[in-house]
Order: sequence, then C-alpha cells, then structure tokens
Amino acid sequence: MEKKIDKTGVRIGMWLFLYTEIILFGGLFVLYAAYFHKYPELFAQGGKELNRVLGTVNTAVLLISSFTVAASITALQRGKKGQTIALLLFSICCGALFLVNKYFEWSAKFHHDIFPNSATLQDGPDGLNIFFGLYYVITGLHALHVIIGMLLLTITLVLVIKERVHQDRFQLLENSGLYWHLVDLIWIFVFPLFYLVL
Amino acid sequence: MNTQIINTQIVNTEENQHIISYKMLGIVLAALLVLTGVTVAVSTVDLGVFNVPVALLIASTKATLVLLFFMHMKYESRVIIVSFISAVVFLGIMISLMFFDVAFR
Repeated sequence: MEKKIDKTGVRIGMWLFLYTEIILFGGLFVLYAAYFHKYPELFAQGGKELNRVLGTVNTAVLLISSFTVAASITALQRGKKGQTIALLLFSICCGALFLVNKYFEWSAKFHHDIFPNSATLQDGPDGLNIFFGLYYVITGLHALHVIIGMLLLTITLVLVIKERVHQDRFQLLENSGLYWHLVDLIWIFVFPLFYLVL
Repeated sequence: MNTQIINTQIVNTEENQHIISYKMLGIVLAALLVLTGVTVAVSTVDLGVFNVPVALLIASTKATLVLLFFMHMKYESRVIIVSFISAVVFLGIMISLMFFDVAFR
C-alpha cells in the first residue's frame, strides 16, 4: 500500500511559513512607512535616483516568471512532463535575469558613491541616508529570496526530470511555486514604493 | 461510520486539485502587465496626497490577482483563506498602530 499524502496539510504548512515571510517584509515596510511619513521630500528625491526602466523591466520579468511557474503546475497536472521542464527552466532563467539587472543597478549606485556608509550618504541629509539604507536592506533581502526561490525551482526541476515529482505527486512543485509567487508579491509592493515615489 | 466520513473528506480534497488553463493564466499575466504600465504612467502625474494610496491600490489589485490565480487561492480550502486573511489583518494592525504612535508624537 502506498503512503497517503495529506495534500492540503502540505500546503497549509507552506502557507504558515509564507505568513512569517509576509510579517518579515511587513515589518520592513512599517519602517519604510514611518520614515516616509517623516521625510517625504527626501524619499521622493531618493526615488528619482533609482533607475525606473530597470525597475519596470524587472517587474515584468518577475511577473512573467510567476506566470510560467503557475503554468508549469498546470502542465504537470495534465501529465505533460516536457512542458513542465521547459516552463521551469524558463522561470529559473527569468530569476537569473532579474539578478543580473539588480547587479547592474547596484553597481551603478556604487559607482555614484551611493551605498551604506558611503561619504555621500553619510554627509548628506538623514532622510536620503535612511531611504537608501532601506532600499539596500529590502531589495537585498528580496534578492536573497530570489536566489532561494531559484534554488527551490532547480531542485524541483531535477526531481521532475527524475520522475520523483509527477502528476500524482506534485506538492513540491506547488510549494516551490508558492514561494516564487511570494517573491513576486513582495516585489509588486517594493517597485512602486521605491522606484515610483513622487 | 467513521471511515465513511474520512473517505468523503479524502474525496473532497481530491476535488480541490483544480487545474487552471493556460489561457486563464495568460489573461491574468496580461492584466498584471497592463496594471504595471498603469502604475508607471500614474507615477508621472502628481496627485498630491493621493500619490501613495493610488500606487498601493494598484499594487494591492496586482497582489490579489497573483494570490487568486497564480497561488490558487480562489480554489483553496477555507483554512488557508481564513488564516491568510488573519495574517494580512495582523499586518494592517501593525501598520496602523505604528501610525498612531508616529502621527501623535
């Protein structure tokens, strides 16, 4: 007799973990809100320094990768292994593209002497220093989540290829997918708050 | 008697395995990309005090779409829906209490 899997239970466990992630980033957003309330002009000035085009491209990249991850679940549920593999590979590449863009974005900032503890920020107004501090903490933590998400998707991809994850047992794909969507959800809020503040 | 109840529960969870078509997911993606365009376009117009609320409203709409369709929340069991809403409400309490403190200092 095959061991029964509590499919709903597995998902509930993942969601419980995701709530802790929401509160983790939520706490940082609270910090952002408090300082935005205190220094609205400086936050707007800081936001104009950020590269809107790269931010928008990265938003689109994450949204598309979220779509392909969701589609890979549909593919596996329908028993189409090849499609699942292709969609997962594409999603992982999207994650990599996101990180490459982030690398260029951060290097440009470093080049302009905008990084934690840089002379420009230290001698500049407090609000701007706090804005970029939050920018580095939140986008850095988010980038770390992108890396973890890519790792989870890669593990899932390998197990799909080895047929350990398949049509009747795809909880790992589902949960990795949920994690990836959470990363996307957080970015949906990071993008307007940092790149588009007026 | 007991086994019967357990059996129907298992059948119920099996039915919960909802398959969302590519087409549906594609429509959601298109909506998300359009909303991203809208939020960028709106950010070039100064709406005064409404700048942040409008940006957050669009972001929340996008988040809802991701949750409902990409994360299958629309077809999820009640436990997950209720617990998710509680987590969001808790976050809301955290943010509003912070403003009570900051605004009246």
